Amino acid sequence: MARRSSPEVNAGSMADIAFLLLIFFLVTTTIEKDKGIARQLPPIEDVEDPPIIKQKNLFVVNVNRNDQLLVEEELMDVKNLRQAAIDFIDNGGAPSSSPEHCNYCKGAHSPDSSDNPDKAVISVQNDRLTSYKMYITVQNELVAAYNFLRNRESQRLYGWDFTEMKKSLDAGDIPSSKEDDIKEKLETVQKLIPLKLSEAEPKKAGS
Amino acid sequence: MSKFKKKKGGEIPAVNTASLPDIVFMLLFFFMVVTVLRDDSIFVQNKLPKADQVEKLKKDRSIFIYAGKPGPGYKQYGEEGKIQIGDKFTEIKNIRFALEALRGKLLPALQDKVMVALKVDGETNTGLVSDIKQELREINMLKLIYITAGGNELE
Repeated sequence: MARRSSPEVNAGSMADIAFLLLIFFLVTTTIEKDKGIARQLPPIEDVEDPPIIKQKNLFVVNVNRNDQLLVEEELMDVKNLRQAAIDFIDNGGAPSSSPEHCNYCKGAHSPDSSDNPDKAVISVQNDRLTSYKMYITVQNELVAAYNFLRNRESQRLYGWDFTEMKKSLDAGDIPSSKEDDIKEKLETVQKLIPLKLSEAEPKKAGS
Repeated sequence: MSKFKKKKGGEIPAVNTASLPDIVFMLLFFFMVVTVLRDDSIFVQNKLPKADQVEKLKKDRSIFIYAGKPGPGYKQYGEEGKIQIGDKFTEIKNIRFALEALRGKLLPALQDKVMVALKVDGETNTGLVSDIKQELREINMLKLIYITAGGNELE
C-alpha cells in the first residue's frame, strides 16, 4: 500500500488564539493584594463583676467628631500617639518588690503610669461621626506601638523581629520542623506584651 | 556544477515563529493562574484608608462587607453611608441574614474560622462601622479584618 503522508496541521493560527486568551486574562487579572488590620471582637456576655482597672493602668484615647484626639485629657497630634502609647505600655511602674514588677520594661518606671504591660489597657472612645480614616489611623498607630515593643522583646530574647517572623509563618516559609518552636516563641512574646485594646461603645453625635 | 552551489539571491530567511505559540501559552498560563475573577461589583465609593501594621487576608475563609456612600451612578440612593454585601445594598438589621447566607457558601471545614473583611471607605462615619460590629458580635462572627491600602496616613 502506498504510504500516505498525512498533511501537517497548520498551526499558524494557534498564536492568534493564544493571544486572544492572553489578552482576556490580562484584562481581568487583579493580583490579590488585600491586607488589613485584624481584630477579634469581644463576645457578648454578661460580665457579673467587671474587673476594676486602676486609673493609672488605663490609657484613654478619645476621638471627637472633628477627628481631634484627646489622649489622657490632653489634646494630642496623632503623630505623637505611637510614642505616647509606647511610653504608657512600657512604663513598668510597679515597684521592684511587688510581684507585678516588670523587669524587661525600659520605660520611665513612673508610679503614675501603668504597672506592667499585662495590666496596661488602652481604651479607644470614638464619636459616631469620627471618620473611618481617622479611626484606622488611630488603630494603626496603637498596633504599631505594640508591634514596636514586641519586636524589641523578640530581638532581645531570640534575635529576630516578631512581625517579620509572624509574616513568614503566615506565608508558610518556615519549615514544619521549626514551626512549633517558632509558634511557642511568638506566644511567649505575645504574653510579655499582650495586646489590650478595648473599644468603648461610640457616643451619640454631639454628646 | 558543484553540489554546493549557492542559492541565487541574498534573501533573508523568514524568522521562525514556530515557538511563538509556546511563549504566548506560557504567559497565558501565568495569567490564568494569578487571575481572580471579581465576583462583586462595588456600588459604593471605596477609597480605603491607609495603614502599615497589616496582616494578609486569608481569602478562602472571608466574607466581604463593603460600606461607603453610594458611588457614581448610584446617586439615587442618597449621600448617606450604605452597606453592601454581595451584590446588593443591605440594611443594618438584615446583614445577619446576608452574612449567614455567605457563610454557608464557604467550605464546611472553614465555616467556623470565618473572618469578616470590612472594606470601608475612608470618608464613612465610624458609627456605621460600629453598628456592623455590634451585629457581628450578635451572630458570633468575632474575627474581623479592616482591609486597608498600603502606606500610612501620616506621611
